[in-house]
Amino acid sequence: MSDLNKLTLSAARDLLRKGETRSVELTEACLRAIEGGGALNAFVHNTPDLALDRARAADARLATGDAPAMCGLPIGVKDLFCTQGVPSQAASRILDGFRPEYESTISGKLRDGGAVMLGKLNMDEFAMGSSNETSVYGNAVNPWKVDGRDLTPGGSSGGSAAAVSADLCLAATGTDTGGSIRQPAAFTGIVGIKPTYGRCSRWGIVAFASSLDQAGPMTKSVRDAAIMLEAMCGHDAKDSTSADLPVPDFESMLTGDIRGKTIGIPREYRIDGMPEEIAALWDEGADMLRDAGAKIVEISLPHTKYALPAYYVIAPAEASSNLARYDGVRYGHRAALAAGDGITEMYEKTRAEGFGPEVQRRVMIGTYVLSAGFYDAYYNRARKIRTLIKRDFETVFADGVDAILTPATPSSAFGLGEMADADPVQMYLNDVFTVTVNLAGLPGISVPAGLDKQGLPLGLQLIGQPWDEGELLKTAHVLETACGFVAKPAKWW
Amino acid sequence: MSEIDLETARKVAKLSRIAVAEADLPALAQDLSRILNFMEELGEVDVTGVEPMTSVTPMRLPRRVDGATDGDIQSKILSNAPDAREGFFAVPKVVE
Repeated sequence: MSDLNKLTLSAARDLLRKGETRSVELTEACLRAIEGGGALNAFVHNTPDLALDRARAADARLATGDAPAMCGLPIGVKDLFCTQGVPSQAASRILDGFRPEYESTISGKLRDGGAVMLGKLNMDEFAMGSSNETSVYGNAVNPWKVDGRDLTPGGSSGGSAAAVSADLCLAATGTDTGGSIRQPAAFTGIVGIKPTYGRCSRWGIVAFASSLDQAGPMTKSVRDAAIMLEAMCGHDAKDSTSADLPVPDFESMLTGDIRGKTIGIPREYRIDGMPEEIAALWDEGADMLRDAGAKIVEISLPHTKYALPAYYVIAPAEASSNLARYDGVRYGHRAALAAGDGITEMYEKTRAEGFGPEVQRRVMIGTYVLSAGFYDAYYNRARKIRTLIKRDFETVFADGVDAILTPATPSSAFGLGEMADADPVQMYLNDVFTVTVNLAGLPGISVPAGLDKQGLPLGLQLIGQPWDEGELLKTAHVLETACGFVAKPAKWW
Repeated sequence: MSEIDLETARKVAKLSRIAVAEADLPALAQDLSRILNFMEELGEVDVTGVEPMTSVTPMRLPRRVDGATDGDIQSKILSNAPDAREGFFAVPKVVE
């Protein structure tokens, strides 16, 4: 069979279980696609030998009939996940050469379930960015192109999005602190879900902002998202915020029946300057859900406009604390020192050389908002506003809303380098529709819904109630079916 | 309108333990000012009586026994160190 790399997880799983293909064949197809996909700069550490070893082991396991859902399926892993013996550097120079002696809980669960890791995927440095341009490896490139321009795959999980969209792998892991799964998914025409905070263990994932970070799958379909999310979820005693709750069979919940559900349309998301086609797509999405039997209601989330500034206080504050560990002592890069340099110079030079400009900015902003005299004015105030943002959602859910429909991003993919001269805040505006979901700890999913007039993918976001990823996936599946998005990027790489 | 002056930028860089060349301070101060100005609208919100969020999910942090769960992995711990000697992390002289 040709083009095995183009399969969805569910199709490949079914073929494996029927004995109609083997994991080694799937893996070899992906390795060939990766080899031919260098121009996308999506995979930054390739592990073909490890992949083939795991594929052979998966085939042996499949032959015995012991086949968990992910067994034998080749996937990519974001560079933010620590993977034993394989470079894991969060796309930062400061972790140059770091090879963890341990495996993150999530990549370990996938590995133990038989999934085949093909390599590590590009991203923004420490997951700080919305265009993949802050990466030490250079940016990944969106497989979607217009007028010969290279476009961003989004960020921070830009390598994951590019790789899945270009069929270099069947699916990939991502992480999402303010939109880092959902925005790149929307920019590349794939599905990305950020589960409820606490669903996926954070252990072994390089920390950015611990109260916001969540891992999730990036896939070619909602069904695939259900399959892979289930394999990633579960309680982990090594993450004290990991939820000790049963994980449902998400795939079995994709019944296609959303009759009687109430879907909220938040009026505050209709921001000034929203492109007409995004507004139109949003309306169409609401109509599709109505046609499927849902009730559409307008809702208000009054503190929405404060989410972005609150996020850009809280996330850098946590980052400045989390990134204090990169000091040139225990792992990663250490600057060459001049005669007479002491330990302070070692810290300062190491961090100046090791962190890129955006990471430096965020560490310094975080340091500033946590410093004496500003802690209450910025950090505590932002945390209070976070309480209000969460309360907005609780209020609409208590009023009977089951899920909320919004655009995923304020635009389609923009050109690489286009934001180089813009001030940093312009880039932050990419997160305007996604960041509320992290602040409130809710599950959110981006579903590819259509193309803009340039021919670039646009996504719609559904936001669900906490711990109710199953119902959220069910609604997303109905939306996906109604949108019928089947476009793929024309191969140029 | 919060304006980060050169002195504040220098101080924040120092607190962050990031070396910033004197020539780069004006641009840094400008970037930081822009970002902080973006946050100014948080001042509009009435937060009287609102508790600052400490945990996004209403759960108690679990407790565990205060005991060793691993050990004898010195070589693993040191394996990524830029400079390890005789079983220790090595750093420049700290005390004169």
